[in-house]
Amino acid sequence: MSKFKLIEEKFFRVLMFLATCLIAFALCLIIFSILYKGIPSISWEMLTQTPKGGFYFGKEGGILNAIIGSLYLSIGATFLAFIIGLPVALYMNIFLIKHKKLINIIRFFLDLLWGVPSIVYGAFGFTMMIFFGIKTSLLAGIIVVTLFIIPIMVRAIDEVLKTVPIGLLESSLSLGSTKSETAYRVFFKQCIPGIITAVLLSFGRAIGDAASVLFTTGYTDHIPTSLSQPTATLPLSIFFQLTSPIPEVQNRAYASAVVLTVIILIISILSRIFSKKFQKNQINF
Amino acid sequence: MNNKPKIKIQNLNLYIGRHHILKNINTEIPEKKVTVILGPSGCGKTTLMKCMNRLTDLYPEIKTNGKIIIDNENILNTKQNISKLRQKMGLLSQRPYPLPMSIYNNISYGLKINNKWKKKEIEKKVEQYLKQVALWDEVKNRLKEPASRLSIGQQQRLCLARGLAVDPEIILADEPTSALDPISSQVIEEKFVELKKDYTIVHVTHILRQAKRIADYVVFMYMGEVIEQGTANEIFENPKKNKTKSYLKGLFY
Ligand SMILES: Nc1ncnc2c1ncn2[C@@H]1O[C@H](COP(=O)(O)OP(=O)(O)OP(=O)(O)O)[C@@H](O)[C@H]1O
Ligand SMILES: [Mg+2]
Repeated sequence: MSKFKLIEEKFFRVLMFLATCLIAFALCLIIFSILYKGIPSISWEMLTQTPKGGFYFGKEGGILNAIIGSLYLSIGATFLAFIIGLPVALYMNIFLIKHKKLINIIRFFLDLLWGVPSIVYGAFGFTMMIFFGIKTSLLAGIIVVTLFIIPIMVRAIDEVLKTVPIGLLESSLSLGSTKSETAYRVFFKQCIPGIITAVLLSFGRAIGDAASVLFTTGYTDHIPTSLSQPTATLPLSIFFQLTSPIPEVQNRAYASAVVLTVIILIISILSRIFSKKFQKNQINF
Repeated sequence: MNNKPKIKIQNLNLYIGRHHILKNINTEIPEKKVTVILGPSGCGKTTLMKCMNRLTDLYPEIKTNGKIIIDNENILNTKQNISKLRQKMGLLSQRPYPLPMSIYNNISYGLKINNKWKKKEIEKKVEQYLKQVALWDEVKNRLKEPASRLSIGQQQRLCLARGLAVDPEIILADEPTSALDPISSQVIEEKFVELKKDYTIVHVTHILRQAKRIADYVVFMYMGEVIEQGTANEIFENPKKNKTKSYLKGLFY
């Protein structure tokens, strides 16, 4: 019996180890191939200039338009989704706590929406734009991406709030504070580190998605100066360069991918540092 | 009871799902006295406390009927603002839950809920309440540190101070000394005896000796029922029911 347990233990340990290795290997391979092909093509020029004529045929210029466009788009959308998503998640976990069934139905639909491919959001956005007669623009893109990441934002924050024990809710309420006070002064504070992660997750989805912006933001070589102008984004820029038959341009696509990865890396590190600062107040249960 | 009752509980029944947890509770809690609720583990003491504070609202599976009358109002179906109602009662939960903020802010959170104190006054009050629960000396140099770093016993005292800071009329204390050593327990016990000048105190415990030290009135519960109640003298010296007698003899806990 005990010998069987020992073998069982070993077997599963090896299995877990192999699975971990496999994932790590795949990730390393992706990152390595992006870096290997991308880094040689990265230049200062590429980061600081907008495309000149013939850029997509291997001539001069850079992807500054796409970098700025992507940042505008994803920061705007993440901000909007946070402003809408945080109250929704707090409402679900504090005000609806008595309605477990309703909460589960909401969670179910949010999970469904999470699974809907982003191209569907793009198509939906496009239909709406035609209906209202709006042109492709940064604003349209921000709205569609916001819709696309709200389920992610809400569910990610919701998962964090779910871990708050009911005792904390009870003790805050029994002091006579209202549910809203409890939401923003206790639950929010307790969950800041997790909420930062949720925001980061949404941001990552927003900046990395090409399909939802395909029809809605348009594409331009200029940096947008207002919300009503069309804008380029990094994923689309990568797509256009990658589909080019010219090897030089293809390599630039990898360079653009490096830029995208580095942006996400920087944001991750910043938010890690940020969330450390708030972790100390968290109550451990 | 010759004292004016502060809380009257009439025919209170409570169900959790299909389980009948509190069975036809009838009792009166006298004003400005210490009433000890005594009984073995799992008999429904905590649940009764949560009823008085309407925390039962948070659980969809809990159904109640009957009356809990505080200041001439049945709080179980009141139109009164529940937050206002809860401010009247400081509840110390069995397990301390400090708020996710600094030690200082834990107390000032309570102070700010129903009062508009000035900053200077808040500072004074925080010190006063922390001294009241014998925590001041241990934390006076680390008020800005997160409350999560305190030991459980310290957290328990912090929560007591926080509860007092809201300035309630009733204190519902659910085994407030369960994580404290005998000396600190005694400090808190003495505090309760002192506090009964101004507050109505309901104190849950299953430490018999503690009950004897602080109780004016005793409510003895067993399996969700009130078996016997009366003044401390009556219950401890002259119990009438067999259950009470054997509990007091320490035949079961
Ligand atoms: N949320 C719940 N769901 C189901 N049963 C519950 C729930 N809360 C309490 N109970 C049951 O209600 C009964 C009374 O519990 P309660 O916590 O009031 O006991 P207690 O007298 O405070 O015990 P202790 O002295 O151990 O704290 C127990 O049998 C418990 O299992
Ligand atoms: Mg209890």
